[in-house]
Amino acid sequence: MWAEAIILTVITAATPLALAALGELVTERSGVLNLGVEGMMAVGAVTAFAVAVTTGSGAAGILAGAMAGAALSLIFAFLTITLATNQVATGLALTLFGLGISGVIGDGFVGISRPPLPQLEIPGLSDLPLVGRILFRQDAMVYLSIALTAGVWWFLSRSRQGLKLRAVGDSHASAHALGLNVMLTRYLAVMFGGACAGLGGAYLSLAYTPMWIDDMTAGRGWIALALVVFATWMPWRLLAGAYLFGAITILQFHAQGAGIGLPSQLMSSLPYLATIVALVLISGRGRLALRHTPLSLGKSFVPER
Amino acid sequence: MRLEVTRRAAPSKAMAFLSPVIAIALTVFAGLLIFAAAGLDPLRAVHLYFVSPFTSLYSLQEVLVKASPLVLIGVGLSLCFRANVWNIGAEGQYTLGAVCGGGVALAIGEGSPFLVLPCVIAAGILGGLAWAAIPALLKTVFRANEILTSLMLTYVALYLLDYLVRGPWRDPMGFNFPQSALFEPAATLPVLTSDGRLHLGVAFAVLAVAIAAVALPATLRGFSIRVAGSAPKAARFAGFSQSGTVLFVFLTSGALAGLAGVAEVTGTLQQLLPEISPGYGFTAIIVAFLGRLNPVGILFAGVVLSASYIGGEVAQLRLGLPVEVAMVFQGILLFFLLACDSLIHHRIAFRRAAPRTEARHVG
Repeated sequence: MWAEAIILTVITAATPLALAALGELVTERSGVLNLGVEGMMAVGAVTAFAVAVTTGSGAAGILAGAMAGAALSLIFAFLTITLATNQVATGLALTLFGLGISGVIGDGFVGISRPPLPQLEIPGLSDLPLVGRILFRQDAMVYLSIALTAGVWWFLSRSRQGLKLRAVGDSHASAHALGLNVMLTRYLAVMFGGACAGLGGAYLSLAYTPMWIDDMTAGRGWIALALVVFATWMPWRLLAGAYLFGAITILQFHAQGAGIGLPSQLMSSLPYLATIVALVLISGRGRLALRHTPLSLGKSFVPER
Repeated sequence: MRLEVTRRAAPSKAMAFLSPVIAIALTVFAGLLIFAAAGLDPLRAVHLYFVSPFTSLYSLQEVLVKASPLVLIGVGLSLCFRANVWNIGAEGQYTLGAVCGGGVALAIGEGSPFLVLPCVIAAGILGGLAWAAIPALLKTVFRANEILTSLMLTYVALYLLDYLVRGPWRDPMGFNFPQSALFEPAATLPVLTSDGRLHLGVAFAVLAVAIAAVALPATLRGFSIRVAGSAPKAARFAGFSQSGTVLFVFLTSGALAGLAGVAEVTGTLQQLLPEISPGYGFTAIIVAFLGRLNPVGILFAGVVLSASYIGGEVAQLRLGLPVEVAMVFQGILLFFLLACDSLIHHRIAFRRAAPRTEARHVG
């Protein structure tokens, strides 16, 4: 069943992108642009792997990855929210720092491998023809990414707290005047983004390629950032975008298998080229792209006292 | 105790000058703590890392060799950042400079150095410029975010180099190693010292600093770049073309990054390899900020960050630390720098918690 095999690999390639991008979507909706996703993913990946190897528990690894991402994002939150530093520059610093520290932590874990996360089986359903393996026999994090999409959609568009978060992201001055706690909202949104990036990293090192390799994020954090723009800050569209990019990412493996004689480096470049094309397509359509753009995105807030 | 940040009426000139010095001092201090936590002798480690690169003539030459690309790229990026244009794909523009310059060097082969070298360098500059033109045009025509497009192109550039040195440009006599043939002497940069590796690339860096230092305050273009970043509305009223500024700073920084790339492969490496940079294009971002986006400041900042590479190599050899430690310190330095820079525009005060809690304490 080659179609089934392709769909299964698309799902595993899309899940880390979806997780990291969902977190960044919430962060950006609160008005904060965190360019450190790549760094937080790398630290999440190495922490999750280190904890999973030492404790022998995949679940502990996943949790540790999320916590490591959130902890790293706290540095960013303190600098950009409390000290009102430039968000772009601080995010770049976070990426450099995160990539560096992941290499240092991972130094002792190179060359170790562990079995991938187990697939959850649902008796009866998992053995259904055609859709059984695809829908009912995935690892827990695949289901988590879909549940998280639904949760983020509900939170942002249906809940009171979500409305407040969007108000903070669209006009921090008015939100502050209304008595909303701009700082706290942004701290929480940034930490949620960090935890999700950590989860995305954990998926890379525990399920996608269950081992630690230097630079294993390979720009996925940056693609996640582009996905948020491509999805015009909407959760379901973001999930669809993640699957599209997952498909482009795995094209290289299947092209080699099918004996297509293009240089492997060209195939490896495809996700990055596709990201550029996607950004151009969406940005060129001004009003559509801007409809859900948080109006205070990237601007520092210093309350008048 | 609570931390309160308020805006200053006017930026603090003293902090603008002191901030990099304080940030470097804090980074060294953080180094002491980190080394001590890792169970190393902290003073010896800090000495190896931050001081030893400046203590011998040979390593001092190495510092200058590695500082040249950082300064060249940093000067270009400072123009972008001043105009509020975020080119973070300098690593890719550097790579394309190396690929185009190296390609011409391999194609021409032997000849008069007065003819070959200028062609090679011009090709490198054009390569970097062309690679930077892509995100610049995508920004001005389609309003595509230049941070993401320029970064994505970096990955593409690295794959292109990888393909060339493993495929069509691989040295046929190179025992199947992924590397090009060595460039002919006519296509390599002249060496400035008899015993070391100091080459003409250092002169390029100094020249770029001098030109930028003179032109930025004195020309209309320099003025329009500064206004575009600090007061975009005023720039529009003054009739400065927004797209014109974006294109100018992007192409200039791309050209300088390309020059850095071609100087590295024709000066230091003398051939094309799959890896030709320890991340100069990214470190140069820190160089630009640490140098206050000022050409002369960038010259000093380039030397400081170059020393951190050398220190990292020494620490790797003598203390067995992973190379990535250098990247960690670079990240920490930028964190401290941005935090200190916050004090240029803001006042930070620690206030006691609200009086209500005190009353409870008394009762």
